[in-house]
Amino acid sequence: MENKQIDKPFAITLDVGSSLANKTGSWRTFRPVYLQRIPPCNNQCPAGENIQGWLFHAESGNYREAWKTLTADNPMPGVMGRVCYHTCESACNRGQLDSAVGINSVERFLGDEALKQNWQFDKPVKESGKKVLVVGAGPSGLSAAYHLRRMGHQVTIQEAGPVAGGMMRFGIPKYRLPREVLDGEIQRIVNLGVDLKLNSKVKDIQETMKAGGYDAVFLAVGAHIGKRTDIPACEGSRILDAAAVLRSMEGEDKPMLGRRVAIYGGGNTAMDVARTAKRLGAEEVVVIYRRTRDKMPAHDFEVEEALQEGVLMKWLSTIKGMESGVITVEKVALEEDGALSPTGEFETLEADSLILALGQDVELSLLENVPGMEIKNGVVHVNQHMMTGAPGIFAGGDMVPSDRTVTVAIGHGKKAARHIDAWLNGGEYVKPAKHEVATFDKLNTWYYTDAPKTVRPMLDIIRRQSTFEEVQGGLDENNALFEARRCLSCGNCFECDNCYGVCPDNAVIKLGPGKKFEFNYDYCKGCGICVEECPCGAIKMVPEQI
Amino acid sequence: MSYEPIKFYQTGTFTIGNRLLAPEQRTGQADMGRTNSLNSGHRACQGCGEALGARYAIDAVMRATGNQMIACNATGCLEVFSTPYPETSWQIPWIHSLFGNAAAVATGVAAAMKVKGKKDVRVIAQGGDGGTTDIGFGCLSGMFERNDDVLYICYDNQAYMNTGVQRSSATPPAARTATTMPVGPEPGNAWGQGKNVPQIAMAHGIPYVATATVADLHDLEAKVKRAMEFRGARYIHIFVPCPLGWGAASHDTIRLARLAKETGLFPVYSAEYGEVVSVSKIRQKQPVEDYLRPQRRFAHLFGKNPNVEVIARFQEMADRNIRKFGLLDDNK
Ligand SMILES: Cc1cc2nc3c(=O)[nH]c(=O)nc-3n(C[C@H](O)[C@H](O)[C@H](O)COP(=O)(O)OP(=O)(O)OC[C@H]3O[C@@H](n4cnc5c(N)ncnc54)[C@H](O)[C@@H]3O)c2cc1C
Ligand SMILES: Cc1ncc(C[n+]2csc(CCOP(=O)(O)OP(=O)(O)O)c2C)c(N)n1
Ligand code: SF4
Ligand code: SF4
Ligand SMILES: [Mg+2]
Repeated sequence: MENKQIDKPFAITLDVGSSLANKTGSWRTFRPVYLQRIPPCNNQCPAGENIQGWLFHAESGNYREAWKTLTADNPMPGVMGRVCYHTCESACNRGQLDSAVGINSVERFLGDEALKQNWQFDKPVKESGKKVLVVGAGPSGLSAAYHLRRMGHQVTIQEAGPVAGGMMRFGIPKYRLPREVLDGEIQRIVNLGVDLKLNSKVKDIQETMKAGGYDAVFLAVGAHIGKRTDIPACEGSRILDAAAVLRSMEGEDKPMLGRRVAIYGGGNTAMDVARTAKRLGAEEVVVIYRRTRDKMPAHDFEVEEALQEGVLMKWLSTIKGMESGVITVEKVALEEDGALSPTGEFETLEADSLILALGQDVELSLLENVPGMEIKNGVVHVNQHMMTGAPGIFAGGDMVPSDRTVTVAIGHGKKAARHIDAWLNGGEYVKPAKHEVATFDKLNTWYYTDAPKTVRPMLDIIRRQSTFEEVQGGLDENNALFEARRCLSCGNCFECDNCYGVCPDNAVIKLGPGKKFEFNYDYCKGCGICVEECPCGAIKMVPEQI
Repeated sequence: MSYEPIKFYQTGTFTIGNRLLAPEQRTGQADMGRTNSLNSGHRACQGCGEALGARYAIDAVMRATGNQMIACNATGCLEVFSTPYPETSWQIPWIHSLFGNAAAVATGVAAAMKVKGKKDVRVIAQGGDGGTTDIGFGCLSGMFERNDDVLYICYDNQAYMNTGVQRSSATPPAARTATTMPVGPEPGNAWGQGKNVPQIAMAHGIPYVATATVADLHDLEAKVKRAMEFRGARYIHIFVPCPLGWGAASHDTIRLARLAKETGLFPVYSAEYGEVVSVSKIRQKQPVEDYLRPQRRFAHLFGKNPNVEVIARFQEMADRNIRKFGLLDDNK
């Protein structure tokens, strides 16, 4: 050391060292941390899909992985991509930039791709030895069966009808959901080793449980009894209920509705029967509804598509009676406070049949005498674990209080499966703590290139009025890839390398493809540029504990 | 544009990398094996635009030359924060002499390389706006005029930051600095044209002149690469926000650089032999207020009684640039 100093040039006393010796991390008062915020789409999805997660794989063209990620939550993407009302898209942050990501259309593409390639689910790794009964093979029952089976339980579904699917088959018309898709996705669930018993209605749940030696049961019997209203009708008036009409569409004999068909109600079911009647050859189809168009419970796109197909609408009207092919309608007035009042103004219209689409009730006879079972307003009460008042009996879908959609039903099935699994293991399912939501203000949208939404092709109008061919087309591979890549990846790193690039102190370590990044807190000064420039809001600043 | 932007969703070439792009379509900074010419542990302030710009530019030179380069540095923050004796952050051959003579030193190094027959070793000079537009300007103009084989890079943070934020001939009008206080009838720096060195460099007719910002890395790297394809005098002027001197939040460094470009206040273009050959178009036009307001050096223009006349003069300045360089797409 002494000698070396003497060897140095004039005025130089130390070796040249690297600035790495200077740990500038000590300057910091805030530190950046990587996090995963929950994207608004995921947050919204009633089936709890990891939408951003599966889009991430679709973005790189890895559709198989995308499908796997998707089906970890929802086993029916082909069905979803057609009938789901996709509230995720209303929540999508991209909607605030140009237009929402076509999540639903990519989902459909993945579902169709899986059917085309015959992808199957992974079998459970081990058997639990527990037996679970699922009552009803509608979306809720199928979803619960799928999840329970993947957890290793032995699952039996008892279904009253001759085929599985519930309202997906006996309600939703073919032109919106082709049966090959439905059949394919149900079969795939059955292939997991689910025992599906058709034509075996459960009449007394306690008895069936005992007889089968089941450890737990999930009820998902739906709501099938058409609501009636007191319409004075004389002999010869043909009054039908919508659920029954749609159900008979699945049988050999198609319903006879006549040339002029009136439908009473303003929900999605009303739209479905109206459009079905058109396709069966009715010349004049009129939907009669008490309130105005904006008050209709039917989704706007369904009303729009029905109008396009020539369905007529009569708003602010109630039906007073029907006599030998003539319906008497009273005009009602909408008061300022939203209440309806009769006007005393009547008119008549001719109709060969009147179809009531006023909603459905649940048939609950199988639950008679079950101790603890609580039934309010015609639906079964469940706690936050989806369990009824009777221990070990869980329920979901249309028979419990909630929105009645396929997606909600599927979500209930998943949620119930988790709670049933925990219950069978003598524990309680604890939901992982929810991350904060990746709201629009968390994004730096500068980085996203402008890319308008891809529009799905629609069947031409002539064929829509006369055939049951599917109305809405799907995306091809190119479109689907483009659409997936419109995703902003809200709240979740998508490896754009911005943080790695923009740090003036090289304090971001790139771990390699798929492995993301890490901070080097020895040198991070806490400037926060990475947080500001991360496009998707996957980093945040937190105060240092000083 | 100096490079072909890729409309490749979701971010195309706007981000540093992008896993959906082929590696050669990403920037050099996305590379795990990048040089990090300016290493960690340097003493630049939090969020320093100059430190960032220097790593961007010098790493790009290293790539373009296959690591055969020497950098000559003027006095200024970049030199002081990187090399406090006995440490250095530079992982390249690097020499410092004085505040005003970086161009001349580089000329000398280039001559030495020529004498030694080392044609592959390329020479860079770099300095702040003070070292470039003021005290080093004579040496720089000489280097241009002799067409010496040097790439000179100016990191423009619009004042003498190293010595405590004194004005330079690159300080914008109305800006508060230690020597241009916001007092009197014309608060802040005086209104004038400043000294536009990129334009003056172009007037020398040298092979290559370009402007860039730390907000568009693809553009910056493409310009460095292009510059290294020429022999002779070349000049790149990089806009680098200074959180300390501008009174801006440290996390806003890139945002401010982006706003300078998107308002039109800092036109981004390149020129070969005195002729403009590329212009970076404004993508989302912003009013000048959005750029001025987050900076405390312009705070006296806002507050209860905003100085609308001065703000309007800034807007005129931006609009003039937009007209002069054609910064807006015709269809916008
Ligand atoms: C016409 C119509 C169109 C619709 N369109 C859409 C749409 O586009 N999108 C959407 O999201 N939702 C739609 N819905 C709503 C959606 O279909 C339902 O919310 C959903 O199917 C409910 O699922 P579930 O599993 O609870 O019940 P269901 O689908 O009704 O299935 C219940 C099953 O249980 C069986 N079952 C009943 N009782 C017993 C018993 N005692 N023993 C054994 N099995 C029994 C039934 O046969 C049936 O198969 C529509 C509904 C209708 C009526
Ligand atoms: C001849 C001479 N005069 C003054 C100084 C003091 N000095 C050192 S750096 C500097 C200002 C540097 O400003 P600039 O070139 O803009 O670089 P910045 O620090 O802003 O990056 C001054 C005035 C000096 N080193 N030499
Ligand atoms: S942009 Fe992507 S992650 Fe964000 S809400 Fe839309 S689909 Fe979800
Ligand atoms: S900046 Fe890019 S790479 Fe870094 S965390 Fe955000 S998304 Fe991931
Ligand atoms: Mg300066």
